[in-house]
Amino acid sequence: MRNAFAAELCGLAAHDERIALISSDIGNNLFNEFRERFPSRFMNCGIAEAAMTGIAAGMALCGLKPVTYTIASFNPGRCVEQIRLDICLHNLPVVIVGVGAGLSYASLGPTHHALEDIAWLRAIPGMTILCPADAVETRCALRAALAHDGPVYLRLGKKNEPAVHAGEPDFEIGRNIPLRGGEDACILAVGTVTPIALDAARLLEERSISCAVTGIHTVKPLDTDSLRSVFARYPVVMVMEEHGPVGGTWSAIAEWAAEQNVGTGRLLRCAAPDRFFFEGGGQNWARKRFGIDAEHAALRIADALRAVRP
Amino acid sequence: MEDLKEKAAALRRMIIELSCQTRTSHLGSALSCADILLAAYNGGLRISPEEASHPERDRLVFSKGHCALALVCALSQRGFCTFEHLLEKFNRPGGLQEHPGFPYVPGVENASGSLGHGLPLGLGMAAAARIGQMNYRVCVVMGDGECNEGSVWEAAMLAPALGLNNLCVVVDFNRWQATGRSCEITRLEPLAEKWSAFGWRSVECDGHDPERLRDLLTAFGQEDRPTAIIAHTVKGKGVSFMEDDNNWHYRIPNAEEAQAALKELDR
Repeated sequence: MRNAFAAELCGLAAHDERIALISSDIGNNLFNEFRERFPSRFMNCGIAEAAMTGIAAGMALCGLKPVTYTIASFNPGRCVEQIRLDICLHNLPVVIVGVGAGLSYASLGPTHHALEDIAWLRAIPGMTILCPADAVETRCALRAALAHDGPVYLRLGKKNEPAVHAGEPDFEIGRNIPLRGGEDACILAVGTVTPIALDAARLLEERSISCAVTGIHTVKPLDTDSLRSVFARYPVVMVMEEHGPVGGTWSAIAEWAAEQNVGTGRLLRCAAPDRFFFEGGGQNWARKRFGIDAEHAALRIADALRAVRP
Repeated sequence: MEDLKEKAAALRRMIIELSCQTRTSHLGSALSCADILLAAYNGGLRISPEEASHPERDRLVFSKGHCALALVCALSQRGFCTFEHLLEKFNRPGGLQEHPGFPYVPGVENASGSLGHGLPLGLGMAAAARIGQMNYRVCVVMGDGECNEGSVWEAAMLAPALGLNNLCVVVDFNRWQATGRSCEITRLEPLAEKWSAFGWRSVECDGHDPERLRDLLTAFGQEDRPTAIIAHTVKGKGVSFMEDDNNWHYRIPNAEEAQAALKELDR
């Protein structure tokens, strides 16, 4: 994902002189091409996320389209207030990139886990939150983010994420992408867990349960048209994401559903619990420990279906 | 050009009237940075109401948003809006709040109120000038208490490394912050030496000498480094019973006090 991001950014920067990149002492070699081709538009601001964010806002106030980049636990973690006031209050076109979001850096420890970032940024007025599912969607999302006239948080994994899309999907901010049809249940998959959702749907198919999968790349604003039809159709809906229970996509959808008074079935959450995670073993291990795996998701959906229509 | 000293007294009268009539606080801090703003908007920086949105205008980033009284009065005095406009905007429900939002009064470049934001913003603006090959300069006005914020020093370390000589910070060094002496709460001094050690050209001056401030602001940008002007000021400057009395950080003058203050400034 991050390689696709860096390559796409170079392509876009070649056609738009307003694009500038600020990196907080990260991305060794990742941005070599950008630095060589656009030296005046690359800044390594040092290990200084607060300053990075203010600098980006200052650049945007003077007509540039800056991109800030570091690990998601720090960007936005170290600079939420700067994002709120410097970027969002001024409604500036800055793309805030958090790389290694969720459990991408599971083995590095809780300092490097980003399981609260969506909650922090969802709460800020004017923010758009994009969680691409794979490298192809990353390119689409970056393009859309830089064309968007306002703040965007781009939540990325790290590298070698399995591909979800064979070719470029029809990508538009705030519009979900249906990935697989189904009759009985639906998984709303957010970002890099999407391949797990698709695997779960295949496992359910083996058990004669027809499960749809819809990709949610935009967590804010939600695609409420898509959600309305999902809730109208399926008695069991599962939100799968690499985020904690408070303020993530599941929260966003549950809040929306309560306010709209839609949905009479179950809204399952397949995501991280409300606790720090200290076990080594890597991302797949961490996901399994949290129940974010195809087998577990399929079991829960089958159980929920039995409960709603015994 | 009218004598800057006379303009300074007039600016202080506006600030006191606006504070009293609109019940707006932070008067002491506003009076301490009045001469800095006066100098910046009257020759120190290339800023004028006629070219308020010119891409090559100099930028004044006001980082101590709690002193908006001084900012809006200085802009009004410079012709960005009438004083009546300010009175109306600050008094009317649905009008302006104390700390600058965005947009705010014409001429205000940024929202402010949370401290430590101005220098990174200004650094970004100065870097954007480089990227766009433009000649404007950026001046950040901030407080001495504000130097407590870590984001100030993140930007302070970076600006000289980038060689941003089109960036200047003016520290309104009035030696008070909200709850005590700024040099006692943190080890703020030696302040000019701190900026020098961080790679800035630092200059100390009387922060109530608008002509000296104007000259310093006119001149910066020629060196190989950013400039830090440590402006020695007095909180509540110009009004005997407010000077160096930190009660005026939050206090708002009643009609009698305002009259007494205006009388002193009429002398």
